[in-house]
Amino acid sequence: MEIIMSVVIGFLFMAAVYLMLSKSLIRIIIGTGLLSHGAHLLLLTMGGLGGESPPVVADGVSVSDYADPLPQALILTAIVISFAVTSFFLVVAYRAYQELGTDNMELLKGTEDHE
Amino acid sequence: MSLVLLIFLPIIAALFIPLLFKKIGQIHTGWFVLLVPAALFIYYSTLLPSIAEGGNRVSELQWIPSLDIAFIAYIDGLSLLFSLLITGIGALVVLYSIFYLDKYREQLHNFYVYLLMFMTAMLGVVQSDHLISLYLFWELTSISSFLLIGYWYTRDRSRFGALKSMMITVFGGLMMLGGFVLLGIMGNTYSIRELISQSPELVGHDFFVWALVLILLGAFTKSAQFPFYIWLPDAMEAPTPVSAYLHSATMVKAGLYLVARFTPVFAASGTWVWLVTGIGLFTMLWGSFFALKQKDLKGILAFSTVSQLGLIMSLLGVSAAGFHVENATEIALNYAGFAAIFHLINHAVFKGSLFMIAGIVDHETGTRDIRKLGGLMSLMPISFTVAMIGAFSMAGLPPFGGFLSKEMFLTGMVALTEFDLFAMDVWGIMFPVIAWIGSVFTFIYSFYFVFHTFAGKHKPDELPKPAHEAPKGMLVSPVFLAVLAVVIFFIPNIVGEWLVKPAVAAIQPFMYDSPQAVDVHVAAWHGYITPELWMTIGIFAVGGLMFWSLRKWQHLYERFPNTLNSLYDNLMFLSDTGANRFSRLYMTGFIRSYLVYMFSFLVIIVLGTFVLNDAFAIDMNNLAPVGLYEIIIMLALVGSTVTILFSKSRLTAIIALGAVGYSVALFFVIFRAPDLALTQLVIETISVALFLLAFYHLPQISRKEERMRFRFGNAVIAVGVGVTMTFVALAAHSGKALPSISEFYKETVYSEAGGGNIVNVILVDYRGFDTLFEIGVLGIAGIGIITLIKLRLTKKEGQHENK
Repeated sequence: MEIIMSVVIGFLFMAAVYLMLSKSLIRIIIGTGLLSHGAHLLLLTMGGLGGESPPVVADGVSVSDYADPLPQALILTAIVISFAVTSFFLVVAYRAYQELGTDNMELLKGTEDHE
Repeated sequence: MSLVLLIFLPIIAALFIPLLFKKIGQIHTGWFVLLVPAALFIYYSTLLPSIAEGGNRVSELQWIPSLDIAFIAYIDGLSLLFSLLITGIGALVVLYSIFYLDKYREQLHNFYVYLLMFMTAMLGVVQSDHLISLYLFWELTSISSFLLIGYWYTRDRSRFGALKSMMITVFGGLMMLGGFVLLGIMGNTYSIRELISQSPELVGHDFFVWALVLILLGAFTKSAQFPFYIWLPDAMEAPTPVSAYLHSATMVKAGLYLVARFTPVFAASGTWVWLVTGIGLFTMLWGSFFALKQKDLKGILAFSTVSQLGLIMSLLGVSAAGFHVENATEIALNYAGFAAIFHLINHAVFKGSLFMIAGIVDHETGTRDIRKLGGLMSLMPISFTVAMIGAFSMAGLPPFGGFLSKEMFLTGMVALTEFDLFAMDVWGIMFPVIAWIGSVFTFIYSFYFVFHTFAGKHKPDELPKPAHEAPKGMLVSPVFLAVLAVVIFFIPNIVGEWLVKPAVAAIQPFMYDSPQAVDVHVAAWHGYITPELWMTIGIFAVGGLMFWSLRKWQHLYERFPNTLNSLYDNLMFLSDTGANRFSRLYMTGFIRSYLVYMFSFLVIIVLGTFVLNDAFAIDMNNLAPVGLYEIIIMLALVGSTVTILFSKSRLTAIIALGAVGYSVALFFVIFRAPDLALTQLVIETISVALFLLAFYHLPQISRKEERMRFRFGNAVIAVGVGVTMTFVALAAHSGKALPSISEFYKETVYSEAGGGNIVNVILVDYRGFDTLFEIGVLGIAGIGIITLIKLRLTKKEGQHENK
C-alpha cells in the first residue's frame, strides 16, 4: 500500500506544481491546496500505514498495535496552517480582482519604474 | 592595567560623546575628547624605558576560544612607536579641531565618535599579535576613514571620495585576509610572533609567494602606493583635521606598519625586496612629480604624502635586503631600517603641521586654490613661519629633522648599488637615480606650497573673505609640531635611542638581537664629503633652478592624461550597470519564473543528494495490505485531480478540489486517524464554502475562463517534482536511520500526561508551544484578512481625500 501511496503523492505534487506554474491566480491557489494534501499524505506514509487501532489508549490493546501518532499530530497542525494560508491567499486574490480587475499574473507584474 | 582594554578605551569613550554633545552644548565637545588620547599618550610614554631596553609587553583577551581567535596586545618597539604617534598626533589634532570645527554649526557628536572609533581601530592594528583581530581592526580603520571622509555628506565630492577610498582599501583588506589565511595554513598559527620564529621553514612553502603578494596588496592599497594611490587625493574632501590625522600621520602608515611587521617573515624572498623597494621608489617619483600639477593646497599635500609614503616603503624594502648579506653594516644597508623609522617620525611631524596650516589658510581666507592665494606672509606671519619650517623639513633642508632622514635615505639607496643579489648589480644604479629625481621634485613642490601661498602678490579681490591670522588656539598644534621638527634636528640620537632603535630591532631581528645592537649614529655632518652630500647639494641646486622657472613649464602638466582615475571611474560604472543588468536577467517580476527556480533547485538538490548518498531504497517488508476501499478512494482522488487539471470552468475545479480533500479525509479514516479525518472534513467544507463565496463576489469576466493550455516546460518541472517526491516518500518509509520517538509517546501518554488520545496529548502537552504558535499563525492570517478587506486602495477615493 505504501508504494502505491508514494506514487499517488508524487502525482498530487505534480498536479500541484503544474497548476502553480500557470498564469491564473485562482489556479495557483488551487495548486497550493493540492500541494498541502500531497504533503499530508506524505507525512502519513512516512510513518507507515500499518496499525490495528487508532492512537487512543484503550484496554486490551498493546502498544505496538496503535497507529503511529506522531505523523498524525504533525498533519493536524499542518491542516490548520494550510487552511489559514489558503484563506489568506483567497482574500488576496479577491482584493486583487477588485482593485485591478484581473487575476492574470502576467498583468499583475510590477512595471519597471515600480520597483 | 590590561593593554587590550586600553585599545578599546577610545571606542568606549565614544559612547558618551553624543550625550555630552546634547547635554553640555556650551562647552566644545572636543575638550572632553582630548582627554582620551592625552591620557593614553602619557600611559604609553611610561612604557618607553623598558621597551627601549628591548623588553616587550603582552596582554591577552579571549574572543572566540573555540576557533583560537583572541585579542592579543603585543607591544614592542615598533608597536609602541606607532601607538605614541597615534595618541600624540591624535591629541594635537583634536586640540586643533576644537578651533577648526564650529560647535554650533557642525555635527560634532558624529565627528568625534568616528574619530575615537578610528583611534581604537588604529591602536588595534599596530598592537594586535593575532592576524584575525589585526584584520578586524584594519577594516575598522577603512570604515571609520569612510565615515570621516564623508563627514560633510551633503557634498557630492565627499561621498564620491569616501566611496572611492572604501572600495580600494577594502579590496586590499580582503586580499590581505587571504594572505593571512595562507600564512595561518602554512605556519599552523595566527600569531605573528610565532610566524616570525618559523620564518625559515615558511620560505620553501608553495603558498609563500602568494601570501607575500596578497599581504603586499593590502599594504599598498592602504598606504596609497602606485597604482592604488588614487583614493588619497579624493580623500582630501574630509575636514582638514581628519586629513592631517588619518590621511597623513596615521592610517596611511598602517601599510608601512604591516610591511615593517612582516619584514622578518618575508625578508628571505627576493620578490619582497624588489616589490617593496621598486613600487615604493616609483611611487615616490610619481607622487612628487604630479604634486606640482595640483592647484589645491590639500591636493599638493596629498600627492606629497603619496610620495613620502613611497620613500619610506622603499627604505623598508632595502632594510629587508639586509637579511641577505653577512656584512650588511659595511655596505651601509643598516641605515635603511633606521632611516625608514626616522623618516616616518619626521614625516608625521612636518606633514601634520603642513596640513594644519593648509586648514588654517582655508579657514581664514575661504579658499585653498593656490592660484588665488599669495602674499599672505605679512598677514599671517606665524602660519607662514610654521609652513616654512614644515616645507623645508620636507624638502630636506638643514636645520630640520627631514634633512637627516633624507640624507640617510640617499645613503640607503646608494648602498643598494653595492648589493650583488637578485640582479641588483645590473639594475642597482637605477635606485639612487630615481631617488635623486624624486627628491628634486620634492624640493620644488615644498617651495611651491609655501611661496605660492605666502609670498608673491596679495590678491584680496579673489579671496572669499579677508585674510587674517588664525586664532591662537588653532596655532598651538602646528607651532608645537614645527618646534619639534627643529628640536629633532639637534637631538637626533636621543630620538634614535628611545624611539627608532627599538623599532628597528623589531623590523630587522635577523641583524640585531636588541635595540642596543643597532649601531647607527646620526650626524648632520660626517666630517668628510660623502656621495650623499653631493647628491643633496645637487638637489638644492637643480631644484632651486627649476622652482625659479616653474611658471615657464608648469603648464606642460595639462598634457598628461588622467588614466588611472578614469580607469577607476569606468570600472565602477561598468560593475554598477553590469550587476544591474545581470540581476534584471533573472529578476523578471513574474512569479512563475521564481517558482520555476525554486522547483528546479528542489529537484536538483534532492535528487542530487539521493545520487550522492545512494539513498534510493524500496523496502518491500512491513507493507500494509492493499484493500478494496483504498483502491476506490485512490481512484476518486486521482480522478478529481485530473478533473482539476482539465476542467474548463473554475467552478468545476473548485468542486474537484473539494473532492480531493474529502478523499484525503476518507484515507485518514481508513488509516486509523479519526482526529485527522474530522478536522479535514470540517476544514474542507469551510474551504470550499470560502472559495465559492469569493467566486460569488468576483466580477463576471472571471467566470468565463478558457481551458488551460498545455505547456511543455511547466509539465517537465511538474513531473520532476512529482518523481522526486515519490522517491522521497519511498526512501522515507523504507530507511529508518533512528528509532521513532512515537514509541515514547505511546508508552508515557497515560502515566506522564494523564491523557488517552495520544495525538491530542502530543499537540496540547508534549508539543504545546507548537500549537500555541500555530494559533498565532491563524491569528495573523485572520488579522491580515480583515485588514485586506477593510483596506480601500482605489485611486478614486485617494483623489477625493486630496480634494
